[in-house]
Amino acid sequence: MREKTKKLVVTFRTTAGAMAMEKACKAEAVPGRLIPVPRAITAGCGMCWAAPPDSRDIIENLVIREHLDVDGLYDILL
Amino acid sequence: MIYLDNAATTIRKPPEVAAAVLAAMDSFGNSGRGTHCEALSASRTIFETREMLARLFHAPRPERVCFTANSTEALNIAVSGLLESGDHVISTDCEHNSVLRPLYRLAAQGGSVDFVPTDRQGRIDVGNFASLLRPETRAVVCTHASNLTGNVLDIRHIGAFCHAHGLLFVVDASQTAGALPIDMEQDHIDVLCFTGHKSLLGPQGTGGLCVGDGVEVRPWKVGGTGILSYSQTQPEPYPTRLEAGTLNGHGIAGLHAALAWIEKTGVDAIHAREDALARQFYEGVRQLPGVTVYGDFAQTLRAPIVSLNIGDMDSGEVSDELEQRWGIATRPGAHCAPRLHQALGTQEQGAVRFSWSWYNTAEETDAAIAAVKTLAEEAR
Repeated sequence: MREKTKKLVVTFRTTAGAMAMEKACKAEAVPGRLIPVPRAITAGCGMCWAAPPDSRDIIENLVIREHLDVDGLYDILL
Repeated sequence: MIYLDNAATTIRKPPEVAAAVLAAMDSFGNSGRGTHCEALSASRTIFETREMLARLFHAPRPERVCFTANSTEALNIAVSGLLESGDHVISTDCEHNSVLRPLYRLAAQGGSVDFVPTDRQGRIDVGNFASLLRPETRAVVCTHASNLTGNVLDIRHIGAFCHAHGLLFVVDASQTAGALPIDMEQDHIDVLCFTGHKSLLGPQGTGGLCVGDGVEVRPWKVGGTGILSYSQTQPEPYPTRLEAGTLNGHGIAGLHAALAWIEKTGVDAIHAREDALARQFYEGVRQLPGVTVYGDFAQTLRAPIVSLNIGDMDSGEVSDELEQRWGIATRPGAHCAPRLHQALGTQEQGAVRFSWSWYNTAEETDAAIAAVKTLAEEAR
């Protein structure tokens, strides 16, 4: 198995919300990718955005600016 | 074959539509059901299609674009999800059964419906909406354009009326989506119902409803959504709220390609071309002896539809002659528009409907004029 490292995980209420997040991040070259929601987190949508832990500020700004439909942000070991 | 039944469905599509469906069938997983490459391909395309539709109709956000199989399903969801026993609805005599039957069912379940009448040209007086208003009136449900006459209803005026009186405004855009400008915000539309396979030039089995901000539609079907799996009730957030079950990802990929073509071509250019062909036909047949044309051609904005009869010939017989002798495809009969046929006095005879798309030509239209002329001469 991969060694666990700290990640910032963004969860969504719907698949459409996750798609909007991925598109916004790609447009702004924000690193990360969509992965299945880890069991440590409860979320509506079954997919989440996993990003480097130091990207919280840039992602929070993006979420506000693009009105992204986000459920929560978590710092976890993945 | 000269295909002039585009109001029923468009056959000729931009070639990239079929290519997109085929490519999707070879590559798409199930949207919203996982994060592997195949599932994400479907999810991305479907989300982009929501974005394109939101842009086309000025819907509030892509998440408010919910997919269905067609307009009928969208209208059923809207009527059953917004209205209940005791509610009164105003509609019009221009409607298709996709509006009428959900409203008749509502009336049978304790609601009530009144219809703004039309004159013999299929025109409504928008001033009549106010005369039908009651304390329990909750919504106006009406078409943007008649599928029989091509007459366009002034949805900006009707939307302003709804806004002024606190009514929900549900619009059936089956004949106009992609072919005429629609602006949910400026037209005060709460729910816009569309189909993908007509003027949007996409595959059959695609359609949907765009839901305005603050509009709460109860789900018509419930089931698997890929989200909130342990909830016993359907998730609240749009679009998932109205999309239980696997979406028609393959069809939506085709619709995506069609919308890209429409964005590139422009709704105004599409309308101008189709309108010119329909008016060419109208001018060519309107004065032929024995030919009766239905509809208001003084309207500057029309759907590209011309319906007519020749003498007292059965419309089915005329349509069959057109097909058998000249290879011209038209639609006779009642067109699922019973109230309008009654208003036009054509419930027995029906009418022969000619309808155009971007891919028709002036030569085809001339051939249709010549065929009608021949049949009219033979009928005398």
